[in-house]
Amino acid sequence: MNQQLRHRQFANGLVLLGEHMPWLRSAAFTFMLPAGTCYEPTGFDGLAGVTCEMAQRGCGRLDSRAYLEELDYLGIERGSSITTSHVSFSCAMPSAVLPRALELYADLVRRPHLPGKQLEDARQLAFQEMRALEDEPTHRCFSELKRFRFPIPYGRTAQGTREGLAAIRIAHVRDFFQNSYHPSGSILAIAGDFDWDDVCLQVEKLLGDWPDLKSKSMPALVACYGSRHTDHASNQTHLALAYDCVPYESAEYYQARALVGVLSDGMSSRLFTEVREKRGLVYSVFATCFSLAGQGSVLCYAGTTTNRAEETLQVLLETVRSLGDGVTEDELDRLKVRIKSSLVMEQESSAARSNQIASDWYHLGRVPTRTEVCKEIDALTCDSLLKHFHQHAPKNFSLVTVGSQPLELPSGTVDS
Amino acid sequence: MELLTHRSGSGPQIIASCDSEAFTTSIGWFVATGARDEKASLAGVSHFLEHMVFKGTARRTAEQVNRELDHLGAQSNACTSEDATIFYASVLPECQDRAVDLLTDLMRPSLEPDDFETERQVILEEIAMYDDQPPYGAFERAMELFFAGHPLATRVLGTAETVSELTVDDMRQYHAQRYSLDNMFMVASGQINFDGLVEQVEALTQGWSAKPAPRKLIVPGYHYADDVIARDATHQQYIIKIWPGASANDPERYALRLMCSIIADDSGSRLFWELIDTGQAETASLYPQMFDDCGCVVGYLCCAPEDAEKNTDIMMRVIREVSEKGVTERELDLARNKIVASLILSDERPSNRLFAIGESWLSRRHYEPLDVILKRFAAVSVDDIQQVAKRTLSKQPTTVTVVNEE
Repeated sequence: MNQQLRHRQFANGLVLLGEHMPWLRSAAFTFMLPAGTCYEPTGFDGLAGVTCEMAQRGCGRLDSRAYLEELDYLGIERGSSITTSHVSFSCAMPSAVLPRALELYADLVRRPHLPGKQLEDARQLAFQEMRALEDEPTHRCFSELKRFRFPIPYGRTAQGTREGLAAIRIAHVRDFFQNSYHPSGSILAIAGDFDWDDVCLQVEKLLGDWPDLKSKSMPALVACYGSRHTDHASNQTHLALAYDCVPYESAEYYQARALVGVLSDGMSSRLFTEVREKRGLVYSVFATCFSLAGQGSVLCYAGTTTNRAEETLQVLLETVRSLGDGVTEDELDRLKVRIKSSLVMEQESSAARSNQIASDWYHLGRVPTRTEVCKEIDALTCDSLLKHFHQHAPKNFSLVTVGSQPLELPSGTVDS
Repeated sequence: MELLTHRSGSGPQIIASCDSEAFTTSIGWFVATGARDEKASLAGVSHFLEHMVFKGTARRTAEQVNRELDHLGAQSNACTSEDATIFYASVLPECQDRAVDLLTDLMRPSLEPDDFETERQVILEEIAMYDDQPPYGAFERAMELFFAGHPLATRVLGTAETVSELTVDDMRQYHAQRYSLDNMFMVASGQINFDGLVEQVEALTQGWSAKPAPRKLIVPGYHYADDVIARDATHQQYIIKIWPGASANDPERYALRLMCSIIADDSGSRLFWELIDTGQAETASLYPQMFDDCGCVVGYLCCAPEDAEKNTDIMMRVIREVSEKGVTERELDLARNKIVASLILSDERPSNRLFAIGESWLSRRHYEPLDVILKRFAAVSVDDIQQVAKRTLSKQPTTVTVVNEE
């Protein structure tokens, strides 16, 4: 089916993207604003999350309760998330209610009440989430890895810190909102059953006169390497390992992504085979590509009972290095089929597609079509992957363990 | 969309929701067997068997199984619950035949002793992993207490002890009894070549046992109990409560789901406004679990230890108010709209429809299309909600609390 990608940039910097999927009955949007944790002022870790929560406590003519009730009444499924760079609001809905949903979210990003009386409630909610996540060792492991590998301001986590949350006053929330919720750097991506011309007119009316502020420049990211341990009373030791790779915006990204696919995509992938199927060391093991501030990392995870943690780390590292012996035609074939199938499957979900469009635009400043992606995938060869592996050999390792016993990277691994 | 069914002679039941415009094809084997069908000494065998199914057959080694699944570009997985074991794959329509061949072959696994030992380690890691994640353990304990003496008290994963003691012969025997054609069916959804599917499944399953595998259906006695699990280094307190509920065939199940949404949905519900919006709790939820012969309502509260008592009181007060005074028309409208929209959105994907059909067939050997289900939700009144609340939530619940040991 022909893909219809549309794009419009408003004078104030806001980017509107659309993909018409007329076979669906739903529509979905992802609204990303440059209000992530890297913009938090020093000492206020958690402010991005608290501001996002406060923005949803009433806006325009509706108070907090009326706002949520209207979203529920319309049957809008929604969520919000905080990353290092953005706050994202995502909604999926029966397509007929899209115009009203856009009105409600335009109010949210432009005219939130940010009610001072509810700040304490929002703060307590953030503490609740922080404590619950501290009880969850896998999540804790990735949070610790982020803090360790990516120094401030990039290593801040969405949940913030106790001290940061405690220091927040309503004036900080209002300042953060004023400085970060603006059109330049914001992306509104819509997918599903909708009319592009109608949406353009409506968004122009709702957000075309949204005043802009100059984007802030950020410091360069300098990653941190080595090993770090966090004590946690648990049966398993949780290992998160990171090493450098090319970022999403690189022309060679698909080479790096394919190598991680050989490691981790599917039940015949190398990590699943070597760590779980052959040795029974873990229930969960995986690797994924992660890009932050122009730098790429491969993140790997394994959870295993403490007395087998050292062996698990060793097998994990050996399996990563085994990519240097080459990738077989069969492995590459399987990978290509999996990636192409997932591109077809994405057409069944307006929500998945709107997220992907927004993310592509943020990283690349454009949205590759399925045909383009397939062409990139078809161009991958065993030789090109081997060449890429040797040119960008895994280096600058960071290891974080969460459990009852620390574990260190073998000597020579950190920057090998 | 067209629902087609087929069953001939001793072959398996086949059910397909066919949509010639769909991008994908989803297929799945639904086996009516789970933890409730296990003897106490075999606790965990259904789930262990679900893992072993991927370890090779007479026609394929474990490596071949994994490679073939990936070669199909399949989004595939398997899951085990108290009453079902499900194996499914979503593929592009041109891969239908290959996916059916593979998934059907898997239903007759080799169950080799060496693979069994390696996979036992994986299951023990899975148990250890969940054990590290509160409130896991509390749900299982609460189910054991609430369903004491009933087959539903069995833990799906088993315990480290039962899994350590299982033998290949135990598993082979269990498989022979439970994976009979009479006790499993093939569901397909999306772009389906139905005639091809029927022909292929019948050919592949020729000669398989079709011996009936009846399940013990027992109406459970009502139990309530209180228990506390002490854990090292828990930051939050976790409280699980279980009340009587409705079975998967109970006409009141629609009212029950709406009632749970009004009381404790994660947005706009009574407990949301009392506990979540105010930051007093991290989670306060209530949801129905339905089985063939009975059901329960599970409540879950997660908050700071010092607020646990006060929050539990609020939760119980809100619940009491619903059974004593009922709910408003506005609350019912909001809950209904949320559920209806989410069912419509979910129905867009063939893989979601596969589960809707399969789960309905497991319980009722029948599937009601989405439009009929939406009508059933539309017919629920505020009186129905209060009635079902009285029947379920006015009883004393079983409670299990996870507290910090220190």
